[in-house]
Amino acid sequence: MENTIRIQVVDREGQVHDLDGPTDMGMNMMELCRSAELPVEGTCGGMAMCASCHMYVESGHSLPEKSDDEEDMLDEAFFVEDNSRLGCQIHLANDLDGLKVKLAPVGN
Amino acid sequence: MIQTDILIIGAGPCGLFTVFEAGLLKLRCHLIDALPQAGGQCSEIYPKKPIYDIPAYPSILAGDLVDKLMEQAAPFEPGFTLGERAEEIEKDEEGQFILTTNRGTKHRAPIIAIAGGLGCFEPRKPPVDGLANFEDHGVEYIIKDPEFYRDKKVIISGGGDSALDWAIFLAEGVAKEVTLVHRRTEFRGHLDSVQKVMDHAAAGRIRLMTNAEVVEVHGDTDLQSVVVKTKEDGMHTLATDHWVPLFGLSPKLGPIADWNLNITKNAVEVDTFDYSTNVPGIYAIGDINTYPGKLKLILCGFHEATLMVQSAFKRIYPDKNLVLKYTTVNGVNAF
Repeated sequence: MENTIRIQVVDREGQVHDLDGPTDMGMNMMELCRSAELPVEGTCGGMAMCASCHMYVESGHSLPEKSDDEEDMLDEAFFVEDNSRLGCQIHLANDLDGLKVKLAPVGN
Repeated sequence: MIQTDILIIGAGPCGLFTVFEAGLLKLRCHLIDALPQAGGQCSEIYPKKPIYDIPAYPSILAGDLVDKLMEQAAPFEPGFTLGERAEEIEKDEEGQFILTTNRGTKHRAPIIAIAGGLGCFEPRKPPVDGLANFEDHGVEYIIKDPEFYRDKKVIISGGGDSALDWAIFLAEGVAKEVTLVHRRTEFRGHLDSVQKVMDHAAAGRIRLMTNAEVVEVHGDTDLQSVVVKTKEDGMHTLATDHWVPLFGLSPKLGPIADWNLNITKNAVEVDTFDYSTNVPGIYAIGDINTYPGKLKLILCGFHEATLMVQSAFKRIYPDKNLVLKYTTVNGVNAF
């Protein structure tokens, strides 16, 4: 389909969800997960000001560098790994077709 | 005991606008908020971010919106209990609610309006096994009184301003030993604070551990040591009296979850007729409520607040007729 990419999200129970990600609606991964009713809070609404959409990028896609805001927020997150990103900062684009992410555990 | 007409839980935009709408009906309001300042997430999370969907404001900073709401509410003399969390409610013999905060402050009102937004902001706790056993036994998430740390060994975790500022403060003649543990090598605090920490580290007053995190806590009743994992050279056991993880705040629904309200997905179910909950006399407005078609927008919270106070008025004065008066005709008559 035009303007749609395939995305795999592994939830915290290890279940894989195949999602269609529209690339023409200004959506990000946090919003895509929420629209699929996956357990992503998105507390701050997508401003990189909480870390409730923390996820790991498991496919080899090259994503834009993290902004300072995103790095700063990941400092306050837990279970941070080298492939950690905030979902709200991953904007759906055609070159992300086949992206695979895993939701990070939630802290207390 | 603080007596009011409408006790508002949450001093965010929605709670503040409730004061104005209630004031037009000559109802008094008192607000309780777990944060030390009014404004809710607008003040706490994004005061410098512009908001574009407030009618008639093409753009307004969240912090400025809060200032204007405070100004609009001021004629109606709202009371505030800030820095305290609404904890328990009960009903007295006259059918009024008695609400007690976590610090024991008591409030009495016939109506409670929950405008709690995301919930109450609480410190983020790192996922370290057994951490809870040492809370108030060497592990603290907030530094209330620096004197508490005099001549003690203290480990602080975090890379933001509060971690930097406290590390500096405690290193300048308060604590016996200060260690700052941070996940990265860069700090996000103010540049001069970062420089000060570096200077103290160079002079041996702060032990700086970067690319590092605390992964274990040990002790009998009180904390005795922590294990720090570093990227470069593995595990280090550090003897300490205190560990203060400063990882910011995150919202939790908190005690209202135990108030017998119908709750779905961390939100309070309401009737859209008047935003009443399943408990008569308790209403929920703004981001904390849910109903079919709910949108979490400040704009929608203002509308909900306006309808809610009409219903609250009728509950308080069942025999009085209420006529909507326009502010353009009557002005705003302060208390």
